[in-house]
Amino acid sequence: MSKEGANKEVFLRMSKRDSISRTKAWTIRLIAIALSLIVCALVIVFITNDNPIQVYLGIIDGAIGKKRRMWVTIREIMTLLIIAVGLTPAFKMRFWNIGAEGQILMGGAATAAVMIYFGNSMPNWLLLLIIFAASSIAGMLWGVLPAVFKAYYNTNETLFTLMLNYVAMQIVTFCIVFWENPTGSNTVGIINGATRKGWFQEIFGMQYGLNIIVVLIMTVGVYLYMRHSKQGYEIAVVGESQNTAKYAGINVKKVIIRTMMISGGICGLAGSIIVSGASHTISTSTADGRGFTAIIVAWMSKFNPIAMLAVSAFLVFMQQGSIQIASQYGLNENASDIITGVLLFFLIGCEFFINYKVEFRGNKKGVQ
Amino acid sequence: MKKVVSLLLLMAMAMTLVVGCGKTNNKNTAGNATEPTQAATDTPAATEETTPEAGGDVSGIKVGVIYIGDENEGYTAAHMAGIDEMIAALGLSADQVIEKTTIGEDEAAYDAAVDLADQGCNIIFANSFGHETYMMQAAAEFPEVQFCHATGYQAKSSGLPNMHNYFTAVYESRYVSGVVAGLKLNEMIEKGDITADQAKMGYVGAFPYAEVVSGYTAFYLGAKSVCPSVTMEVQYTNSWADMAAENEVAKSLIANGAKVISQHADTTGAPTACEEAGVPVVGYNVDMTSVAPNTALTSATINWGPYYTYAVKSIIDGTPIATDWCQGFADGAVGTSPLNEKAVAAGTAEKVAEVEAALKDGSLKVFDTSTFTVQNSKLEDLITSNADFAKFSAYVSDGYFHESEVISAPAFELRIDGITELTK
Repeated sequence: MSKEGANKEVFLRMSKRDSISRTKAWTIRLIAIALSLIVCALVIVFITNDNPIQVYLGIIDGAIGKKRRMWVTIREIMTLLIIAVGLTPAFKMRFWNIGAEGQILMGGAATAAVMIYFGNSMPNWLLLLIIFAASSIAGMLWGVLPAVFKAYYNTNETLFTLMLNYVAMQIVTFCIVFWENPTGSNTVGIINGATRKGWFQEIFGMQYGLNIIVVLIMTVGVYLYMRHSKQGYEIAVVGESQNTAKYAGINVKKVIIRTMMISGGICGLAGSIIVSGASHTISTSTADGRGFTAIIVAWMSKFNPIAMLAVSAFLVFMQQGSIQIASQYGLNENASDIITGVLLFFLIGCEFFINYKVEFRGNKKGVQ
Repeated sequence: MKKVVSLLLLMAMAMTLVVGCGKTNNKNTAGNATEPTQAATDTPAATEETTPEAGGDVSGIKVGVIYIGDENEGYTAAHMAGIDEMIAALGLSADQVIEKTTIGEDEAAYDAAVDLADQGCNIIFANSFGHETYMMQAAAEFPEVQFCHATGYQAKSSGLPNMHNYFTAVYESRYVSGVVAGLKLNEMIEKGDITADQAKMGYVGAFPYAEVVSGYTAFYLGAKSVCPSVTMEVQYTNSWADMAAENEVAKSLIANGAKVISQHADTTGAPTACEEAGVPVVGYNVDMTSVAPNTALTSATINWGPYYTYAVKSIIDGTPIATDWCQGFADGAVGTSPLNEKAVAAGTAEKVAEVEAALKDGSLKVFDTSTFTVQNSKLEDLITSNADFAKFSAYVSDGYFHESEVISAPAFELRIDGITELTK
């Protein structure tokens, strides 16, 4: 490199921001959302040769255009929200639980088992209570396993929870062999289709009322737990620094295990919301990647429940909308994945600009 | 920094507008033309009936279709071609048909079905086995909408008047494709490449249940009708469409000594492996000569057009739709893809024509009980002597197994002699 070259200032310089005002941060986020919508529109226009306004009207129509579509959207928002809520305590503790998929699957499998084996022996309200308990315990087990190993042997929880996802998937595959209907078809089909035992029932005339109630209770519960309880404070301290926590007399092992029990338990409960409250079946795609999407939701919201609701709503809105776009324009559902991918790219990418300052250097500053 | 961002934003917005406006003009032509995903040109049966029926009113008809896959996957592509054939035959416009692709076998199927009903569809089709219970759920909720489900078996037992099952007698076309395979084996034996007792076929199956068992048994019986010493090994992939697994299974069957391969799985995985190994292969759903130009013999195909035309026409005419519908060669609902002259044995075309004619006029029955044995005894004898087989008594009479006559879905799940199921 020549001398002049070496002396030249870099055109672009990035530095870590000390702090950023709330308005500025949200302006950046809004710009990112606007940009992502524009890029999505461009993508769709490129594929369908259609007017982007039409396309966005199609998305709105697909997500909330009809009463039933709106309910499906709400149902999906609630599912994503509860998983994000479940992940919050673990992440706050800097325990990288990417095993939500597995915890959901285990919760879902427990739910299906209760529906199949106890479906006809008790009233529905009792059955639902057992379902909630069973699914939470199943998810809890799946969450506590890596926590124990982390606490006592300092294993890598990222790999551990990730691998447990695959184990859970195999367990579900195994269960399907017993429950498949008819034999050999590899599908369980709707469980208790005729009796509707173990299904969430309409509440206040709302088809997915119970989904909303359960999820909101858990959301508020976790919020209060994290903000206003001693345990919540301990989680925050352990997350900041385990040494500080030890110095302060916090039993780190206990906190890790307890927190993962809560985290896994809520993710397991999410499994029951999917199985009892929506699909009424169990398959290896029951979690359907939501466990990973929820990680993004939790992070982007900075663990703020209101923000989590907003982010889930935005993502699900676009997903449901793009399903409509797909059928309207003869695309397949990969269109939905593309749109979600573009959105996430911008939403995650903009966090960089919130954390870092980007400076453009002109000549006027002079070279030293 | 903000300036740059807002500049970018402005530029992007301007671009969107320009592109958007530019394309709006040809929206009607381009937008609608892309609607039917499958080219209507390759549906030969549509030519005769292109004028809409004068009697029925077509304008009020709205058709919804739920597909497990999309145009990239043979099984769904065949259904799409059938829908296109129906559209052409009945003179519907493209916007009277709403198609939803890649709908899974969970609540997505229910959501899709009720959404189509909400959009005013009079008749809704779903094409995958696992969709059935969700269709029944939707059918109970929308009694005025007709729900038709392919490959299912519960329409009759559900008691819902608006729930229907349909399937085709694909075992007939599998039988014919088996004849093609058998003739190929005969050619190898005559040439001295293999001995008669080495005449072994391999079969890549999806799942071990009636639909697959019925299919491979028909294939085997077809081959056996011309090559008496043939045997067959079946291995399952436990997936409908797993290209890598199908490829692997085909390779291991070939390594096991299979001289001809066939499949009941939806991808081109097996034919690709066969082309590499130079082993003749009989495909399913679609013509496999594009991936196996030298080794693909033919494919057993289903033509869904006759059913879709029949069902939608019933709605137009106000006539009831059959609870169980199953047709074969006689109605043009099944067939075989064009024989690959490069690969098939000499004289195959004549033999195929002869067998098809016999299937059409009913003189040949695929599951003729005199042509196979189960556990070394005749099926009729087993039914009377062995309690495990008593359930088949409803199906067997007049010397053959009445496949797809009691319900439209395949019911032949007997493991006959000469076929070995390999389990891993």
